[in-house]
Amino acid sequence: MGSQGGRARNWADGRGEGNMSLNYSTPEFIIERNNDRCIDCRVCVTQCANEAHIYDEEEDKVVSDDMKCINCHRCVVFCPTRALSVRKHPLEYRENASWSGHDINTIYKQAASGGILLAGMGTGKKYPIYWDHLLLNASQVTNPSIDPLREPMELKTFLGRKPETLKIENGRLAEKLPPQLELEVPIMFAAMSFGSISLNAHKSLARAAEEVGSFFNTGEGGLHRELSGYGKNTIVQVASGRFGVHSEYLNAGAAIEIKIGQGAKPGIGGHLPGEKVGPEVSLTRMIPLGSDAISPAPHHDIYSIEDLRQLIFSLKEATNYEKPVSVKIAAVHNVAAIASGIVRAGADIVTIDGFRGGSGATPLRTRDSVGIPIETALAAVDSRLRQEGIRNQASLVVSGSIRNSSDVVKAVALGADAVNIGTAALIALGCHMCQKCYTGKCNWGIATQDPNLTKRLNPDIGARRAANLLRAWGHEIKELIGGMGINALESLRGNRLMLRGIGLNEKELKILGIKAAGE
Amino acid sequence: MNFKWQVNIMEKKYPRIPSGCAISGIMNKKGERFSGTDIMKSIALMHDRSNGLGGGFAAYGIYPEYSDHYALHVFYESLSNRVSAEEFINEHFNVDTSEMIHTRKVKGISNPPLIWRYFVQPKKNKLHSSELTEEEYVVRCIMRINSSYEGCYIFSSGKNMGAFKGVGYPEDIGEFYRLEEYKGYLWTAHGRFPTNTPGWWGGAHPFTLLDWSIVHNGEISSYHANARFLEMFGYKCTLQTDTEVITYIFDFLMRKNGLPVELAVSTIAAPLWKEIERMDEDRKELIKALRTVYSSLLINGPFSIILGTRNGIVALNDRIKLRNMVAATKGDFLYVASEESGIREICPNPENVWVPKAGEPVIGLMEGVKEI
Repeated sequence: MGSQGGRARNWADGRGEGNMSLNYSTPEFIIERNNDRCIDCRVCVTQCANEAHIYDEEEDKVVSDDMKCINCHRCVVFCPTRALSVRKHPLEYRENASWSGHDINTIYKQAASGGILLAGMGTGKKYPIYWDHLLLNASQVTNPSIDPLREPMELKTFLGRKPETLKIENGRLAEKLPPQLELEVPIMFAAMSFGSISLNAHKSLARAAEEVGSFFNTGEGGLHRELSGYGKNTIVQVASGRFGVHSEYLNAGAAIEIKIGQGAKPGIGGHLPGEKVGPEVSLTRMIPLGSDAISPAPHHDIYSIEDLRQLIFSLKEATNYEKPVSVKIAAVHNVAAIASGIVRAGADIVTIDGFRGGSGATPLRTRDSVGIPIETALAAVDSRLRQEGIRNQASLVVSGSIRNSSDVVKAVALGADAVNIGTAALIALGCHMCQKCYTGKCNWGIATQDPNLTKRLNPDIGARRAANLLRAWGHEIKELIGGMGINALESLRGNRLMLRGIGLNEKELKILGIKAAGE
Repeated sequence: MNFKWQVNIMEKKYPRIPSGCAISGIMNKKGERFSGTDIMKSIALMHDRSNGLGGGFAAYGIYPEYSDHYALHVFYESLSNRVSAEEFINEHFNVDTSEMIHTRKVKGISNPPLIWRYFVQPKKNKLHSSELTEEEYVVRCIMRINSSYEGCYIFSSGKNMGAFKGVGYPEDIGEFYRLEEYKGYLWTAHGRFPTNTPGWWGGAHPFTLLDWSIVHNGEISSYHANARFLEMFGYKCTLQTDTEVITYIFDFLMRKNGLPVELAVSTIAAPLWKEIERMDEDRKELIKALRTVYSSLLINGPFSIILGTRNGIVALNDRIKLRNMVAATKGDFLYVASEESGIREICPNPENVWVPKAGEPVIGLMEGVKEI
């Protein structure tokens, strides 16, 4: 894959191998067609971009090829007679505790291709999910719980640098605050570039952000001209490839994010294959049509913290100090010290992406084994910034596997100001988590640039669904914090006494800064 | 003198003691001094609001002969604790008088600690070399003792004022400390109903820092958010009560950041966003900035508090009024109490009686004073 062979990395995604030789692959899924119900209408054939369903003209019959199925559910949902189902393929290797089927299959792939294994979405490995080991508090007797149906309940959140004191003269604010992002719910859409996802997906998220009072993030692929009207709800990203970055772009949004790293691929850059670089992506990214868009692993003007400071202030200069600057990093071992450096370098927001975070395309081994969980990273960073007395100098945004509203509440209690959601937002748009984003054949019209596929996502419907998700979570957050006797989200921020740990050891409790259940 | 603490947040413990309570406050705005009898009667009437596990009083104007000295009231567990603490006190302060606080034996008060009183002034050379303001110097010395010296707790440190508190019903505590013998122009009182307690004298209210005293009824749900913010600015939440945190918040906003009381109140019991939207532009910008910058100091959950200072009192409810509080005036007197009966017990015919609205402070200023 990749049109510029020499420059591009060699990927082992199994495509293009054809049936020239035996590659030892076996199907992962089995397509079950109920022939009593199937009317050979061919809807599944037209819906499947992977060509797993084939119309056999001679037999006048629709048949399936299990090998090509990625289990995206598109055919299942669209089958008018409910004739289709997809299951995990029952084929198993002889059991061996050391060698799982996955281990064996990846070796076949690499032996066939000689390339790096590619993956989509966040890691699926069974690492501990600390959200599920945290329990929330509620009021009983000594302190009334607050009912959001009857009492005001406030989620408004401001992201940006807070001065240590306010200057007030004659009852008026004498010195304006540094720029702040104002959020009606503490949830934003994570950075996902135009290129990795479709323009309709971007439109859906931008409109939803505007509707609910939150922000969508351009990711590193520039801002499509059709989205220029959503500026006050847009965060524009500057990543190592600097795609689509120009002064108009920097000034187009409400904030700027410098992307240093991503939870799904800490330490490495990005790669958008040339096939996804059509005319619109090419124009927006300001790169030649059909060329691979390769983001270097580091920013080549940032080899140290003092270099980061220069970029932060270059961007502030370019935007007249009117926009907060966020710095996004992946959660890695030394994240607390790094975050402290970022705050001292002048960032207004620190965004931390945990190792379960998603991606359109990431090397499998990196995704599955680099970085640390967002829960521990968040706790460590918040504690560290408070120890240094600089927590109020920057806001803390976290991402990487926020699955629901209680994850959000737990994140805020651990110390986050707000969260970013990527995967959850795409699921709201219809993503079925087949995790094959990197193939560019997303049947749901999200992670693709194929016009036949992107038109499947109607941005009006997408916007409504994404906005609904934020609103629904907002309602649930109000219920949860009301139960704790809190009527403004800021009183939960860093309020770790509202958390208890379950099934955690002493060290984990200490790192999270919480007590055990029953304590 | 090195006051830079190594604060290890993860290792610190925040034991919480939820409690219900009774509070009462009386002030004479002309500064006329009266004995502690009235305040004891008022708080005694609300006996059922406490459970015998804590009571206390703050009195202003009681040490006119030492009005330039910080009056340190200290609990000691044992004599040896006193020896080590006094070493620190003598090193950092000129001590004018050092004495045991006179108490009497009262049924219902058992195992009191050693209770000592010092009238002190900072040692000038130490103060100069610390490069701190005098007040900050005193505060840091107190925090040092309270967090690092075992069996020793300074529970009152203002000028011409003092706190008297302990484990027991408030009326018994008053009798124990012989409060009828003191005369002050401003008194506040507290009866405590903790739902669990280490039975520790330091945990009783009022909580004080310099001239500030707080009596508080409620259980704040924002405790840890407030406490962890304050810790960034050198406050050490060693005590086991919400009240300590509320005192530090007032101290931080008013003494350290110079906010007027009215804006401190707008931070602690912040107006709702929908109210802010209706304000005029200047006001909106100001209140919005307060809620943005000091959002971690919003006090959430039910509370009614009486803040006492040498200049008067501020009584305040949480922003959705989850605790009761009544105010009344008669002549030069202002009364505030959890229940109206607590006022009528000592002032049967007040001129005005009202129930302050949620988040709306009752500010009682001494005559001739512009700010609290």
